[in-house]
Amino acid sequence: MSGQVETFEQPAHFSFSSDSMKAVDAVIAKYPAGWQASAVMPLLDIAQRQHDGWLPRVAMDYVAEMLGMPRIRVYEVATFYTMYNLKPIGRFHVQVCTNLPCWLRGSDDIVASCRRKLGVEMGETTDDGLFTLSEAECLGACVNAPMMQINDDFYEDLDAGSTESVLTELTIGGTPKTGSQIGRYTCEPASGLTSLEHQADARAVKLGDA
Amino acid sequence: MVKLTIDGQEVEAEGGMTVMQACEQVGIEIPRFCYHERLSIAGNCRMCLVSMERAPKPVASCAMPVAEGMVIQTDTPEVQKMRKGVMEFLLINHPLDCPICDQGGECDLQDQAMGYGSDKSRFSENKRAVKDKYMGPLISTTMTRCIHCTRCIRFASEVAGVPELGATGRGENMEVGTYVEHALTSELSGNMIDLCPVGALTSGPYAFNARPWELKKTESIDVTDALGSNIRIDGRGPEVKRILPRLNEDINEEWISDKARFSCDGLRAQRLDKPFVRRDGKLVAASWPEAFTAVSDALKPLKGKQIAAIAGDLADCESITALRDLMASLGSENLDCRQDGAKLDPKSRASYLFNSTISGIDRADAILLIGTNPRREAPVLNARIRKRYVAGGVTIASIGEPVDMTYPVDNLGNTALLLADIAAGKNDFAAVLKNAQRPMLIIGQGALSRADGGAILHLARKIADQSGCVDAAQNWNGFNILHTAAARVGALDLGFVPGPSGRDTAGILEAALAGDIKAVYLLGADEIDTSKLDKAFVIYQGHHGDAGAHCADVILPGAAYTEKSGTYVNTEGRVQIARLAVFPPGDAREDWTILRALSEAMGKTLPYDNLQQIRGRMVDLNGNFLNVDEIQSAKWTGFGQAGDLEDSAFISPINNFYMTNSISRASVTMAKCADEFLGVTEQKTGTDG
Repeated sequence: MSGQVETFEQPAHFSFSSDSMKAVDAVIAKYPAGWQASAVMPLLDIAQRQHDGWLPRVAMDYVAEMLGMPRIRVYEVATFYTMYNLKPIGRFHVQVCTNLPCWLRGSDDIVASCRRKLGVEMGETTDDGLFTLSEAECLGACVNAPMMQINDDFYEDLDAGSTESVLTELTIGGTPKTGSQIGRYTCEPASGLTSLEHQADARAVKLGDA
Repeated sequence: MVKLTIDGQEVEAEGGMTVMQACEQVGIEIPRFCYHERLSIAGNCRMCLVSMERAPKPVASCAMPVAEGMVIQTDTPEVQKMRKGVMEFLLINHPLDCPICDQGGECDLQDQAMGYGSDKSRFSENKRAVKDKYMGPLISTTMTRCIHCTRCIRFASEVAGVPELGATGRGENMEVGTYVEHALTSELSGNMIDLCPVGALTSGPYAFNARPWELKKTESIDVTDALGSNIRIDGRGPEVKRILPRLNEDINEEWISDKARFSCDGLRAQRLDKPFVRRDGKLVAASWPEAFTAVSDALKPLKGKQIAAIAGDLADCESITALRDLMASLGSENLDCRQDGAKLDPKSRASYLFNSTISGIDRADAILLIGTNPRREAPVLNARIRKRYVAGGVTIASIGEPVDMTYPVDNLGNTALLLADIAAGKNDFAAVLKNAQRPMLIIGQGALSRADGGAILHLARKIADQSGCVDAAQNWNGFNILHTAAARVGALDLGFVPGPSGRDTAGILEAALAGDIKAVYLLGADEIDTSKLDKAFVIYQGHHGDAGAHCADVILPGAAYTEKSGTYVNTEGRVQIARLAVFPPGDAREDWTILRALSEAMGKTLPYDNLQQIRGRMVDLNGNFLNVDEIQSAKWTGFGQAGDLEDSAFISPINNFYMTNSISRASVTMAKCADEFLGVTEQKTGTDG
């Protein structure tokens, strides 16, 4: 928030890399001439991905300039959405859902596990700059609650142990399995299929095609 | 027309109107915070809820368009309860600091809480607190009081044209501000203080000065530019506490510039409050009779042609009339009101008026700005041009400095030669003007105060004729002069210009330097090269110890525009009367009475003893003065002289918007603004402590 004193340094320059630029051009091309400002959200996302997961002010100014918008209009967008990070963030952004369904299914344990494992509180970043822990509102995976999101991936059906192993895996540079941690297929019933059992073998193919 | 029923009353409303406007038509007032008739509709405060038949829930009347057969209830117990609910929510996070809030007594929230507020709060949690924002030296903020109506945000982006304010964050963390802290770069920012329905944005210089109910309110006219914006002067005792705009759709709508609003603290500093006479090279305080004797002794031995008079930019028409008559009785033809040497033609009224009128801008469809930067010379007029631009269907071009006017302007270049090109049809814009229904030229003093000003005026007239700027059938005259001095049009109307053998301002100064003119009467004239007056006997009549007073041999202390009943004619030729709000300090007197008394002391008594008589004399000189608050359109006659153009750039006469006259130069607030926005540090004139 603008009211808070910044304790980090804002970079002096920002510009899109040539890879980002390709994505940017593709996004802007989706909108008719004169309505480029509609591209502000995807552009901010591209900028954030390019810039270690957070949006410095110069990047917002850069996007404003590129789209011909007043800077404040970009600040408004960037500060409104929680998915834009306006301060430096760890390499892995651990967002634990603590909304009602996840909470009923034990999200408190997940939070405790993260805090223990990472040694940081909510909103803080580990000293090695690897993890930032934060609390998220419903991420739409209630059926596999409790869950957390790390960068772009969901980790579902967590318990204290599986949370810890996911984090450990990431610490040592591995790629933990995404999705359900108890081995269920997407959001099928946790106790196994109760109907359409004969099609169980076909599901992988069908979903794989999609 | 659409028929609807409001509170059982059949109402006819125009299609496209909102329910709130329809209610207002029949005199039903709907409470509101975010809605403002000159801003876009936001519909976020929810205070204007009404109930609509067959609607599942209450509707925001400010955002609901009228429709055939609507049945609206505005005063049922249900509506009352809805409004009470909204009010309770608004008050949850609003501090209970009315006793220390400057908005107290003129606060929309306070007033409406009287109608819809509860006597106690059911909210026991902590109220949110928001850090105050820095918005420059003019606006003081207490953002905890903000109710997020977004009026200031909409004003900044829509009317002022500086989209620098916004709402950042979301939900409880939403904050109104600039995000990256900086002062608002608008010459109209003070209007946000009026728009703010609560005490979040209040006037910085006026902070903790007075309560609205203890102020004497006087309706008057602004003189800091030539628009004659309608203002209300709030005074207490001998001091002007603040200046607010007054509604006038034809001139300033409801805005005034920051200079008009905030330069009033200059009225308290560097004032001339007693007569001074120079003895042995030093100005010493004197009595009125002593000062008159000194003037009389100096002028009596002189011939008429050895005496001259220059009227300044803030002079009222009454004193100009008296000085004109006094000079005539002394046999002098050396008079001028054009301190900047603008080559205006006093013989043709149409040549020095904003003929289309200010509201005429709303109808123009092609505008050419010639040597003018209206943003600095008349910010309120600039907002009107911006309003025209926002409405769409207008082409705006300029010949002059390529500056940001808050709307896109096609800068054709910056040389007077372009005018010749347009007149000859060689520039593309000539066709634009020609094809326009109602083309408009706005010619600034930057174009006319040059040596080739007469030729420019002539060319502009030629362009006006060629492109159909003057169309009697449509009642349209798009030939406009934008003045910067409040006194200018009035003085030209009264003929305060050199006689057949008289000298103009430049001539007077040269002759004074050469010793041909031995006495110069400065009526508040400070914006001239006073170093050329060293040899002459200078009589300075005015209210501030500015440049003119420094070179004076006799100082006659006059009244500022807030301290006298004075007539001013604005750039459109509209005669308006400024009224006395507070009395002049010390021995200072209303200006025309000083001249009247001086004439008596010199044995050339002027034939008027009261305001009515002198205003009668003004009407004798020019019939337009009979019609106060009205515009008499001027006849389109020949003017200007063909001549050679100089290939040089137009320079706006105002480079420091905040300090253009003796009042604003004495103002601490204006000095702070100049420092903040222009990096000009306060210029000391020597008489300040």
